[in-house]
This record gives sequence, structure tokens and C-alpha cells, in this order.
Amino acid sequence: MDQRKPPAVELVRLAKQFEGSVAVREVSLSIAQGEFFSLLGPSGCGKTTTLRMIAGFEVPTSGEVRLLGQDVLHVPPNRRNINIVFQNYALFPHLSVFDNVAFSLQVKRVPAQDIRRRVAEALSMVRLPGTERRKPGQLSGGQQQRVALARALINRPAVLLLDEPLGALDQKLRKEMQLELKGLQREVGITFIYVTHDQEEALTMSDRIAVMNLGRALQVDDPRSLYDRPSTRFVADFIGTTNFLSGRLRSREGGLATVEVEGVGDVLAPLPSDLSPGRTLTLAIRPERMRLGRISGDGPANQVPGTVAEIVFVGDDTQYFVRLANGERVMVREQNDAPPAEGNRIQVGQSVPVEWAPASTTILLD
Amino acid sequence: MPSLRRPGLLGLYYAVLLVLLYVPIGVLFLFSVNDATVFGFPLHGLTAHWYRDMLRNAELLESLGSSALVAVGSSLTATALGTLAAIALLRFKFGGKPGFLAVALMPLLVPFLILGVALLILFAALDVPRSLWTVGAAHTVVSMPYTLLIVMARLVGFDDHLEEAAQDLGASYFYTLRRVVLPLIAPAMLAAWLVAFTISFDEFVLASFLIGRSPTLPVFLFGQLRFANRFPQVLALAMLVMLVSLSLVVLAERLQRLGTGASLRPPEPAAENGS
Ligand SMILES: Nc1ncnc2c1ncn2[C@@H]1O[C@H](COP(=O)(O)OP(=O)(O)OP(=O)(O)O)[C@@H](O)[C@H]1O
Ligand SMILES: [Mg+2]
Repeated sequence: MDQRKPPAVELVRLAKQFEGSVAVREVSLSIAQGEFFSLLGPSGCGKTTTLRMIAGFEVPTSGEVRLLGQDVLHVPPNRRNINIVFQNYALFPHLSVFDNVAFSLQVKRVPAQDIRRRVAEALSMVRLPGTERRKPGQLSGGQQQRVALARALINRPAVLLLDEPLGALDQKLRKEMQLELKGLQREVGITFIYVTHDQEEALTMSDRIAVMNLGRALQVDDPRSLYDRPSTRFVADFIGTTNFLSGRLRSREGGLATVEVEGVGDVLAPLPSDLSPGRTLTLAIRPERMRLGRISGDGPANQVPGTVAEIVFVGDDTQYFVRLANGERVMVREQNDAPPAEGNRIQVGQSVPVEWAPASTTILLD
Repeated sequence: MPSLRRPGLLGLYYAVLLVLLYVPIGVLFLFSVNDATVFGFPLHGLTAHWYRDMLRNAELLESLGSSALVAVGSSLTATALGTLAAIALLRFKFGGKPGFLAVALMPLLVPFLILGVALLILFAALDVPRSLWTVGAAHTVVSMPYTLLIVMARLVGFDDHLEEAAQDLGASYFYTLRRVVLPLIAPAMLAAWLVAFTISFDEFVLASFLIGRSPTLPVFLFGQLRFANRFPQVLALAMLVMLVSLSLVVLAERLQRLGTGASLRPPEPAAENGS
């Protein structure tokens, strides 16, 4: 990102308290211009409240919202150069598609000719040309969504806020719209702040993601880093599927730690920071990084004994649930990229070592 | 077992309605088209001349005009005030709303008799002469709870994100009111206006306390009961008033249902099949 440009949106220790409940606790974020940024978290974690403070619909209890470097605390929503797509779209039911999309231009008294041209442009941008005269009630959910998008983008805001805009659509349409939204964002170059509780959606679309829980932003990172290097157990658990093993640091050598997992054995993992031996910690390993006793790579490998407890076939891959010696179950996911070889099929009840590379192990301290 | 008893209870309800409402009104109608000034059976033959006389009665027509004037004035005022209060109560943030609402709905509980006397004393104390104005003021007060509730029902029914969306798109509060809120609550406002009109149009108690020299229709009508030979005319008028009131109430109800109906709901985001 260009260092000279101020961030599109900057939140400084932003907090919001409602009577009886704290919705957002001191969230600090810096979102660059042109970025596709997602707020991801479970229901009730404060995503909507954060978005509404950026838009100006909620007054923060404390902290600051800066828009392009300017503190906008005292700027009302209709004077902020921000537009929002509401979860239920909030299209004006009594106005035609044309008047819905043209609304912000009509407010500014743009000449009628320009309005007609720009509405037509906006509608073709969202692939809905020719629907000007219909009422929102006569459109399907996906079409309404596009109208809401055209309405919010027609004024070329500095920032577009989207609150679970695909929540009401069915699975297939959701997937299509995800790619389309991402493409649209790249095309218009506007900063998108996207709220979702769907981790897959966030991973698919975002340049960076803030994972939120209980009003806090736990980790802010690009999708790859979030997935590979979660900083907390919550993030590791919320994004994708993760196996957790609790252990104690036994020794360290170079960048590699030896962690003793009780009842299972020693496990090697890259050491993130200076830790003193004896400290308890959690190991996180992704199911697709584990193998059932057949690791063929060179270098050191972690290997622990286990018993296959269950096998679930899900089409493109197979999930093996393996009970370790300490009684905990881990999931091992193997791709079905070749027809099963007769003879060495793995059976339920079979004893089998579980192997994975030390580099695939993340140490969590919480 | 309650399901078996329900038809019996319902029957009782309708029996009361029939004996005390529909039959008397039906009889009233019969006498209004009966060619005799005495009330009693057998009937003497069909006539429309009571209706004709009624329409030639200058005093009566004048009272009709007074009633219309008071009803239009008080209902418009009550609708305007009710709408503003409904918006304030539902859309602005301030404390003590339940208290405000309770106070606003008080006129529903105060007996007209008491209100009539109280206003009479107030106007006397303020040296305000009794007139159609004083009647109109009283009618405005008693219709306001109805207009408030009807408009509130509509405001509750529509998505308040619509107002935020308008603001988000740059609209000032008044622009939002004009282009989004008022068009959406217009049917409810019309319904509220019709209800307020009906309340005022046949209101008797307050009017009889507060009226000046020119009576409203119910007051005039009551005065005519002393003259037996004019009675059939009064009946004819009563029928007419009832017909008008009834149509207005039905219309109001229709409008209210239109207002909250599917056509004006924020569109449901429906799932789309494929694309
Ligand atoms: N107006 C309000 N008054 C009181 N509490 C509120 C208000 N708005 C939100 N909250 C509370 O603040 C917390 C965060 O709410 P918020 O709507 O921001 O969550 P969210 O992350 O958007 O959740 P979801 O995914 O369900 O939409 C919740 O506990 C909620 O109950
Ligand atoms: Mg939300």
C-alpha cells in the first residue's frame, strides 16, 4: 500500500457500550485505501455495531473513527463519504429501481440527464440493465442485492460498508456473488469493509480479515497467515478445522521446540518467541497436514500412535478420526486424489501412527 | 371440551348484537320510509318524502354543514399531531417513552361527560365563547389517541433501516421524511383521518356541552326529538349519517390493511434459483 495515502478508515480504541452490555471493546484497526477488509466473527461479537459506528449511526462510547485521516466523530451519517449495504438491503419499497439507485444523486440535485446516464451505468455495472421501472418487491433476492449495491456505489464513496450482504441468498448464488463482489471491488477500486460470520466467505474475498470475538479484534491478518499462523485458539478454531493438543515445553534447540504431550509423546514445533521450559501451551495442527503413517518426506517428522475410530467419506476427501493414546481424538483429512489401492485400505479399529511435519504445528499461548 | 361450547357462546354474542343493534336499526329504517308520523305497526306504505323533507330543512342542513366543518377541522389537526407524535415516539431517542405514551392515550379513558364539563369550565375561565371552535378543540383531543395509534402501527410495521439508508445516501432528516417516511405512512394517515372524522361527526356529549348557537348535527337531531311530526325526518337523517359513517370506517379499515399489506412491506429477500 502507498505510504503517503492516509488509511481509508482508522479505528482508534473504539468502544461501544449499550445499557447492560458491552458490544465493542477498544478495537483498533487501520484499513488501507482500496483494501477489501472483512470483519469476521460469531453472532453477537460486535461486527454490526462496529460498522454502524463507522457509518455514523451509533455514537462510540469512547475512541475515534478516522476517515481518510479526518476524525469524523461529529460528522452525521449523511455527511460522511461512506455508503452502506444493509443486510436486508433496505431498498425503498415505494420507489422504483431507478429512484432507489438515483436517490443519492437526487438528494444532491444532480441534473436529470446526468442522473439518467449514471443510473444506467450503475445498473449495467451490477448486471441489471433495463430494470429501472420495476419495484424492489418485483425482484428476486439476488437482484435486490445488486440494486442495493448499485445504489450504494453510484456516488463513488470513499468506503463501502457491507453487512452480511449475501446472508439471505442460497448457497449457489452466494458463491457466484462472492466472486462477483470481489471483481466489482477490484474494478471500482473502492475500499470495502465487509461483515460476515462465514469464515469461508471471508477467506475467499478479503485482502485482510479482522477476526472478532466478544467485542475484540483478536487478530488482523491476510487470509493465508490467519489460516497458517493463528495467534489464538479461538482464531485457529473459528477459521477452518483444527486439532488441538495440550502440552508442556520440554526443551528448545534453535528455532525448534520439543513439546511433551502427556500420554502421547514428544512433538516438535517451530518456536514463535522466547519461552521458558515448563510452560504449558496448546499445539494446533490442521487435519489436512496430517497423514496416517505414510509420510514420505525427508527431515524430522512428528509421529504419534493412534487407533482409527471413525472414517467419513465426503467425496473429494476422506476424514479419519483417530483416537490418540491420551484419549483425545484428532481428525486427519486425506485427499481422494487416486483410486483406493486394494489391500492397504485403512479400517476402523486399526492401529496406525499419525504423522505430520514440525513446520505444520502452531504453538498457541492462551 | 371448550371447542364444543364455543359455537354456543358465539351464538349468544350475535344474539345480543342482533336484538340490540341490527333489529333496532332495521326498525329505524322501516319507519324512515313509512308513510306515517306515528310509530307502530302495521306500516302504512313506502315513501321517500321524509328524506325529501329532510333535504329541504334549512336548519338541518346548516347543522350538517357545522358538523362537517368541525369534523374536517378536528380530524386534520388530530392526524397532523398524531403523526408527529408517532414519529417522535418511535423514531427519536429519549427516556420515559412508556410514560409519554400513557399520557397520550389518556383521552381514551376519560369519560366524555367529565371532559365536557372540564373543558366547559376551562373555556369559561379563559373567557373563550362557546362555538364550533370549542367543539372542534374537544374533538381534536379525543381523536388524537386514535390517530396516534394508527400511525404508530404503520411505523412499527416498516423497517427503520429505510430511514438510515436514506440518511446514508446523503438525505437530511426532512428530505427523508418527505421522500421515505411520509409516502410509506400515507395510507395509515388517511385511515387515521377517516377514523377521526367519524369520531367527530357523530359525537354528541362533548358537542352538547361546548356548542355555541349553531348546533352540530347530533345536537340538532337530539333537539328535534321533542317534535313528534318531525321525527321521521330525523330518522331519515340518522340513516344517512349512519351510512356515511359506516362507509368511512370500512374505507379506513381497508386503507389500514393496504398500508400494512404485502405491497408496501420492505421486499423479502427471496432466494433465487440458479441465476
Ligand atoms: N441497540 C442495542 N441495544 C443494546 N444492545 C445492543 C444493541 N445493538 C447491539 N447490541 C448488543 O451488542 C452486541 C453486539 O451486537 P452486534 O449486532 O454488533 O453483533 P454482530 O456481530 O453484528 O452479530 P450478528 O452476526 O448476529 O449480526 C450483542 O450482544 C447485542 O445484543
Ligand atoms: Mg450483525
